[in-house]
Amino acid sequence: MSAASTAEAPAYVANTSVGRFTDFVDERVGGSGILREFGRKVFPDHWSFMFGEVALYSFVILLMSGTFLTFFFDPSMAETHYAGSYTPLKNVEMSVAYSSSLDISFDVRGGLFMRQVHHWAALLFVASVAVHMLRVFFTGAFRKPREMNWVVGGVLLILAMAAGFTGYSLPDDLLSGNGLRIIDGVIKSIPVIGTYISFFLFGGEFPGTVIISRLYTLHILLVPALILLMIVVHLFMVVVHKHTQYPGPGRNDRNVVGYPLGPVYAAKAGGFFFIVFGVIALMAGFFTINPIWNYGPYDPSPVSAGTQPDWYIGFVDGALRLMPGVVSGFHFEYIIFGHVLTLNVLLPALVPAGIIFTVLFTYPWIERWITKDNREHHVLDRPRNAPTRTAIGVAGFTWYSVMWAAAGSDLIATHFHVALNDVTYWLRALFFVGPFIAFAVTKRVALALQRKDREIALHGRETGRIVRLPHGEFIEVHAPLDEYKRYKLVGFESLAPLPAQPNEHGVVTRKENRRAKLSRWFFEDRVAPATPAELEAGHGHHEAVEAGEGQKTLSH
Amino acid sequence: MGNHSDGSPNHSGTVATAGQHEVEKFQDPGLPPHRLRLADTDPKAAKRAERQVAALFATSVVGTVIFLVAYFAIDLGDDSSIATIRLQNALLGLGTAFAMLGIGTGIVHWAKALMPDHEVSEERHAIRTEDDRQAAVRIVDDIVEETGIKRRPLIRNTLLGAVALAPLPALAVFGDLGPRPDNKLAHTMWAPTEGKLKRLTRDPDGTPIKASDVTIGSAFHVIPEGLNELHEGKLNEKAKAVVLLMRLDPASLNPSAGRENWGYNGIVAYSKICTHVGCPVALYEQQTHHLLCPCHQSTFDLTQECKVIFGPASRPLPQLPIAVDDEGYLVATSDFKEPVGPSYWERDEHERSINS
Repeated sequence: MSAASTAEAPAYVANTSVGRFTDFVDERVGGSGILREFGRKVFPDHWSFMFGEVALYSFVILLMSGTFLTFFFDPSMAETHYAGSYTPLKNVEMSVAYSSSLDISFDVRGGLFMRQVHHWAALLFVASVAVHMLRVFFTGAFRKPREMNWVVGGVLLILAMAAGFTGYSLPDDLLSGNGLRIIDGVIKSIPVIGTYISFFLFGGEFPGTVIISRLYTLHILLVPALILLMIVVHLFMVVVHKHTQYPGPGRNDRNVVGYPLGPVYAAKAGGFFFIVFGVIALMAGFFTINPIWNYGPYDPSPVSAGTQPDWYIGFVDGALRLMPGVVSGFHFEYIIFGHVLTLNVLLPALVPAGIIFTVLFTYPWIERWITKDNREHHVLDRPRNAPTRTAIGVAGFTWYSVMWAAAGSDLIATHFHVALNDVTYWLRALFFVGPFIAFAVTKRVALALQRKDREIALHGRETGRIVRLPHGEFIEVHAPLDEYKRYKLVGFESLAPLPAQPNEHGVVTRKENRRAKLSRWFFEDRVAPATPAELEAGHGHHEAVEAGEGQKTLSH
Repeated sequence: MGNHSDGSPNHSGTVATAGQHEVEKFQDPGLPPHRLRLADTDPKAAKRAERQVAALFATSVVGTVIFLVAYFAIDLGDDSSIATIRLQNALLGLGTAFAMLGIGTGIVHWAKALMPDHEVSEERHAIRTEDDRQAAVRIVDDIVEETGIKRRPLIRNTLLGAVALAPLPALAVFGDLGPRPDNKLAHTMWAPTEGKLKRLTRDPDGTPIKASDVTIGSAFHVIPEGLNELHEGKLNEKAKAVVLLMRLDPASLNPSAGRENWGYNGIVAYSKICTHVGCPVALYEQQTHHLLCPCHQSTFDLTQECKVIFGPASRPLPQLPIAVDDEGYLVATSDFKEPVGPSYWERDEHERSINS
């Protein structure tokens, strides 16, 4: 098995040439030890764990397709006259960056395919990071010991958006140029230093001649390097923590149940890379994305109606649209000590995104403070079993979605034949009340699902079989669950409000009182898991019914 | 739904309330017994799964061939049509998809149908043991002790000072990323050069516009005379100078004091750069006399000197004072009387200096 380290033991000699080569490497890097540690490491399996894999794999595809694109793309804003094969733009004055993007699309074989693979993979990358984070949030996977990895995930989400935006701007087409124009306007609204930042970023006045090459450096060097670094940190922590698992029979916070890495898990995860690649290739082959040749080169004068940013920037753009500039005579742009404070741009650009990311980054600590829970959690919560957290998540998601929908307010208006102004008014109202409605509805739904679980755990599942009892009553027969299925429904911890507790001096601080209030708000509405005693009682009832005492307890 | 927030359960035991005892729990029955798959018991099913996996891998080979054929057999040529490119793109996508999905689904099917599917359980280990913590503390103590940093505050403080200052050059070195803004944003190309007023010309070809060409209801996209002849910074100037020219019934315009002679016979010119975040306000609604920005839907009313009537903009579009020269062409009598485009911190200062 392993090579002997002592002088007396005979040295291991491999029989085949491959074996000798492997042994040569192993003696120098210690691969056997690594394989012994990880070769059979157990990974829990669930379809929702695949979102993180999708993110990782689309990033790999981005690196590969992006490298191809760099061989042909020229990030120069020098003026040129187009001489490629796309006739509608022949001889049109444009930047070298736009011209080389057209060449990639029309004159490099497979270039258009690579561009579309790159763009689709980018959209999928940000989407899968976001969905992965939603999964982690709703299942409570961010709890101890994974709080820091949650933060790394949040940083990755921001980096993914930064990578997307810097890349989106590179072709220097009309659409992305207007996107940069908007960024410039937002930057200029920053008090005191905004104008300077704008001039430093664009190397002078907008649009200048350097922004594309600067974004290019960020896009192909700095941002991907940071993403790679964060992915390494992220995965390192996954190894340290081991993966979380969904609740179920045989699973608890002290073990990890799943498939060994080799061969099953490695095969599934490795095979999944090819599936993600294949799906992206299908999209790139059949669905046009960002047809820059339709937009034309960037020019500060024209703009087309129905302009949209890529989806992940939508919520910021939507917030910009929702903010009114003037409300019943009050101008959100006003002069303060001779300087311009343009809140109609500054507030929507910074505040919603600021709130979303602040809550996102601090949420593990907020919940930890409220629950005073310092235990490690490796078994996930089913979202229904944490009704308040789930409701908070859906409220935040709704808020984000309202802003996101607002980025398409003009398209909503034209597609549904409603007035553009009305769409904006409704979305403005939803911006404020939407999260509260979502919170209330979600919490009730979660509690109802918990009650349903209790129902099933205690009375069994509906069989659809209707039986007529001797005295004429019809009942539906419920089949009892086996103990494994039942445990999945009852094996969770239902936290109760934690009253304010005095500190070491015997004083209940004001902060502690606030915590206790939040704890009550969090946990006062709760449905406790069914207990064996209740099941016992239920069985008694069941027999009573069969004995014909006529209580309809079973039918609800 | 019953009211269960008041702590008075309507079914005994259905709703637990705060402070209630930990009630007896169901015991974890442990991992469910493993259920064999068809391929585990029936050699025929296993053989079938094996053939399916092989077929999927074979599909991948077909996909690779499709890709190579599409790449080499379809010639883009010098004047390739969109249709050719679309066909090649679709085939490249199809080939790659088959090649990748064949391998991917093949491996996953292999794993799911033929590899052992026993779920196994493994103990978790403490991420940090108390033993390790104490050892680490001792090591850190030794390191600190050996450096003597606690006993020698002079070393510590000078080091902190040096390290705090050392990154400053790294920031200063970015000083040449751009020029100082000064008052560049306050001026546009419309300012008369050497006393000669600039003509309003069509965007993009730069031909001058006669007042008589501008009929009621029409709109022109306008750039200043000489813009197209600029060798440097053409887009920078264009980004500030673009103008929309429209003619309305003079009776519907209500110029405020000081602006009575900024238009000509109902012809008025306004900056096309939105005062919100700078998109071109490119949509003119002829019937309502509204200008609409397609980016964020700020709406300006021409009959009220482009006051904001809807959307996120807060300031009216700046008006360009125009007149007609001896040959009947429209000219700008001066630059804008305020900075155009999105607001910025120094904007008010610039506006005051323009008007003083």
